[in-house]
Amino acid sequence: MIVQTLDIGLAALVLTLAGYTVLARATFPAVVSYVAYGLLLSLIWVRLFSVDVALTEAAIGGGLTGVLLIGAAGKRRGTAVAATELDPTQPLRWAIMALCALAALALATVVVSLPDPAPTLAPQAMENIATTGLGNPVTAVLIAYRAFDTMLEKCVLVIAVVGVWSLACDRCWGGAPDVPRAVARGGTLTFFAQVLPPLGILIGIRIFWIGADEPGGAFQGGAILAAMWVIIMMAGLTDVPAISKRWLRIALAAGPIVFLGVGILGFAAAGGFLAYPHGFAKPVIIFVEIFMTLSIAATLPMLVGGAPIRAPRP
Amino acid sequence: MQASVAYLTGTDGGFLLVLALVIPLAGALLAFVCGGRQVERVVFCVMPFGLAVALAIALTQRLVGAPLVYLIGRWTPPLGVALRADGLSVVMIVITAVVMGGICSFASADFCTPEGSSESRAPFAFWILLPAVWAAMNTIFLAGDLFTLYVALELLTFAAVPLVCLDGRAETLQAALRYLLFALLGSALYLAGTTLMYGDYGTLDIVLLSQRVRAEPVLFVAAALMTTGLLAKTALFPLHLWLPPAHAGAPAAASAVLSGLVVKGSFFVAVRLWFDVMPHVPASAAMQVLAGLGVGAILFGSVEALRQKRLKLLIAYSTLAQIGYLFLIFPLACPPGSAQLVRDGALAGGMLQAMSHATAKAAMFMVAGLIYAELGHDRIVGLGNVARILPTSVLAFGLAGLALIGLPPSGAYVAKDLLLDAASATSQWWWALAIQAGGILAAGYVLLVIMHMLAPAPGLAAPGPAGSRKHVSRYQEAAALALALCSLLLGLFPWGNYLPLPQGSLSNPLTFKALSGSVWTILAGAVLAISLGRWDFRLNHRPLTRNLLLAFRPVRRTCLGISRINAELDARLRQWPVAGACLLFVLIVFGITLVVAR
Amino acid sequence: MSTATLAGLTGAILAGVGLYGLIIHPDPLRRILAFNVLGSGVFLLFGIIARRGAAIGALADPVPQAMVITGIVVAFAATALAVALLIRLGAQTDPVVTQADKQDLARRADD
Repeated sequence: MIVQTLDIGLAALVLTLAGYTVLARATFPAVVSYVAYGLLLSLIWVRLFSVDVALTEAAIGGGLTGVLLIGAAGKRRGTAVAATELDPTQPLRWAIMALCALAALALATVVVSLPDPAPTLAPQAMENIATTGLGNPVTAVLIAYRAFDTMLEKCVLVIAVVGVWSLACDRCWGGAPDVPRAVARGGTLTFFAQVLPPLGILIGIRIFWIGADEPGGAFQGGAILAAMWVIIMMAGLTDVPAISKRWLRIALAAGPIVFLGVGILGFAAAGGFLAYPHGFAKPVIIFVEIFMTLSIAATLPMLVGGAPIRAPRP
Repeated sequence: MQASVAYLTGTDGGFLLVLALVIPLAGALLAFVCGGRQVERVVFCVMPFGLAVALAIALTQRLVGAPLVYLIGRWTPPLGVALRADGLSVVMIVITAVVMGGICSFASADFCTPEGSSESRAPFAFWILLPAVWAAMNTIFLAGDLFTLYVALELLTFAAVPLVCLDGRAETLQAALRYLLFALLGSALYLAGTTLMYGDYGTLDIVLLSQRVRAEPVLFVAAALMTTGLLAKTALFPLHLWLPPAHAGAPAAASAVLSGLVVKGSFFVAVRLWFDVMPHVPASAAMQVLAGLGVGAILFGSVEALRQKRLKLLIAYSTLAQIGYLFLIFPLACPPGSAQLVRDGALAGGMLQAMSHATAKAAMFMVAGLIYAELGHDRIVGLGNVARILPTSVLAFGLAGLALIGLPPSGAYVAKDLLLDAASATSQWWWALAIQAGGILAAGYVLLVIMHMLAPAPGLAAPGPAGSRKHVSRYQEAAALALALCSLLLGLFPWGNYLPLPQGSLSNPLTFKALSGSVWTILAGAVLAISLGRWDFRLNHRPLTRNLLLAFRPVRRTCLGISRINAELDARLRQWPVAGACLLFVLIVFGITLVVAR
Repeated sequence: MSTATLAGLTGAILAGVGLYGLIIHPDPLRRILAFNVLGSGVFLLFGIIARRGAAIGALADPVPQAMVITGIVVAFAATALAVALLIRLGAQTDPVVTQADKQDLARRADD
């Protein structure tokens, strides 16, 4: 497809925003420009016809990462940052810039010289998709062909939560984390938190549900549900759950546990680990995806919340 | 066991590979859900099964006589992901299981949930992150796909980083943050290389890639990116900025995991990349660069280790040096005139070195932890009298140290033997020099610690106040001793079934010739320890010792000058921008040597 | 030049810019930002490879897309862990304590 003005404009904007994110002097503007960068990047993904990735990038890469980083920048504003690292000297800066430019140049050269016609697995993916009963090949890759990578990645999320929680002080263990809060009650954030979530939850569930046949899926739907929960917590309409709550632990681990369980059952039912029974594949896949969505919706806000900072209420 | 045969169909016993991954993962997830006081019990229940599966894989592979393969979901590569266990995987899985068992026994005393509380932070985190590290390591050893290896490397990093700062002190938090960011930098480079591989060859399966790979610029850039990323994660000199504070600051059991196992993960991926994906790509100049960095690590790390004041930092710098050995195998595996990597004695030597280092280093960190618990500090000059207070621990440290130096029949001795044979076979005498020098330097810092431990210094280190003995339990000392013995006796096992050992290479390691060679190394090491190590002259040492030390004074001054230069270099290299510049430099140089010297 | 090639060049430049930021900044929060820029650049490279691998029935190769989705989630988890470390480090080293902590310390001193 011939490049159009839209693509050139998008590329220029994205590069400018990325440059500003990296080179700006103050931190807060850099973070804000990163959020805008993430959202524009998802437009580039749409131009590349990867709509699933665009949804994920917008929800997780732009949205939730933005909340995380803005919260981090905000928490640091009131405190003096202990400068433990030295600024690099000017000659070193130039050297690093030159080396980075060289690396980028090498990368760009080989990207342009990739073989044509490109080797691809798309035909194979489309051939085998009938056995999975799915219509969306990306979901098929995620949950069927390369299910092991996805399951491992769910475990990565749980371990990341454990790692984040382990950063609490001993006395706060079992308490609740803190999400960035609105300053004034009854303000714009409260309004959004009352209006958006019902709609957002429906949209999230829908995007998860149609992910079997259209662009969408567990990650995208779960990310939208996570964003809704974060908004509600940020507006103070509900308490952030304490990390010792049993239901929270079960919600976080349900996705990987169900995935692992279905995989092990596959030994008996379908002749292999993470194999799906003939003719029955789609229901099993949807079953796994429900729990994956639930886990993602629970995990991402916990990662945004961070380590518990309040001692548990008795 | 050549990777040229297309292992694209499942074999019998392949389900054991799945169990090796599922069991630790299930353990971590169950421990998370159960929480409370059950975390420790869940892991203890899961541990024996993991060890059993590792041994079963070893047995089955021996019976089958060929690598075990399992196709996950019954999808064949390149669409699906395959698990493959060849001899290298098997030995690493077994040694990981053994070291994990030792660490579990050791850590049960340090990380038990205290009485009266339903759940505690550090035990909760430790007993979930430990099986996660295990699962990640097993995945690295078994996965047959480059992207699965990427996810496994990320799991490993996310599980290892919180272990560094479990005690919550500011220095360990700083070390953990640097570790995380540098490791993420490495992963990003690795992923970039993987992208290019897929873009050029349409698959990320290791066996299929080995059939499709050609010597072209895209491959060279991809290989340079991936290798440099892995070097950053393995902390090879000069990209080692994060390793000493992270490994020295972590709690003892965590340091044992980090030094013994975690650094071997990214190294193993590098071995897979070069020996399985690209063995037939001519890259001899690039391999020399890698080994050059390895020699740098050996020399630099050893000299730094000798000048450390604290025991844990000495052991951490020793890890830095031993990692250098691992990267010497790359040029030694290129037979002369062919410039292609073959699986022979050099690779076997590298694996044996990794295994013996894993066990010995874990034992050393355990003993360092026990000493800290007992004395309240780990200053080397203050270690006098420890032999009287903690005899088993000192014995364990001594055995582990001797195993590290390469006293027969330890694994390190066999490994050095194999590497020296490979060096003479490929006429690369300069690497043989480096290996010998490394051995003497290792003897230096090990003997320094042992001499301090054995020195009778009355009135120096008294046993801690009454009741402190409960810090050090018998099980902990036994675990350290067991691992040290493992390392020392590693050379006696029949590794020929799993590792590509050349014929007749495992000569009887207890011959007079072998032992005498080690004695010379130890003597030279003792000289080094006296010249370069820290000695407190105010202490009431025996007159013989004091006269010896005084006689060595002029030598000491020169040597201390050298070590001060080394320390300056270390301080510079461990600044973040300098390390980053070194990373970029290594990347560019590696890429250029790949492209130019074909 | 096609869309895919332009996006590929953009990705390469983004990777270079992110790499520069990750190495140059002393502030860990800026390094985390730069890492995210680097990561998204690498994902964009995956994206162009997906687009070039279009076939009948699939406008883009699904395998790289799945890898990018996995990568985005992993990068988010990495960012979260790094931010949590950063905040804890700030709380640890910073002499300014929060109001709640002050009251807590005062209460303990009275015990």
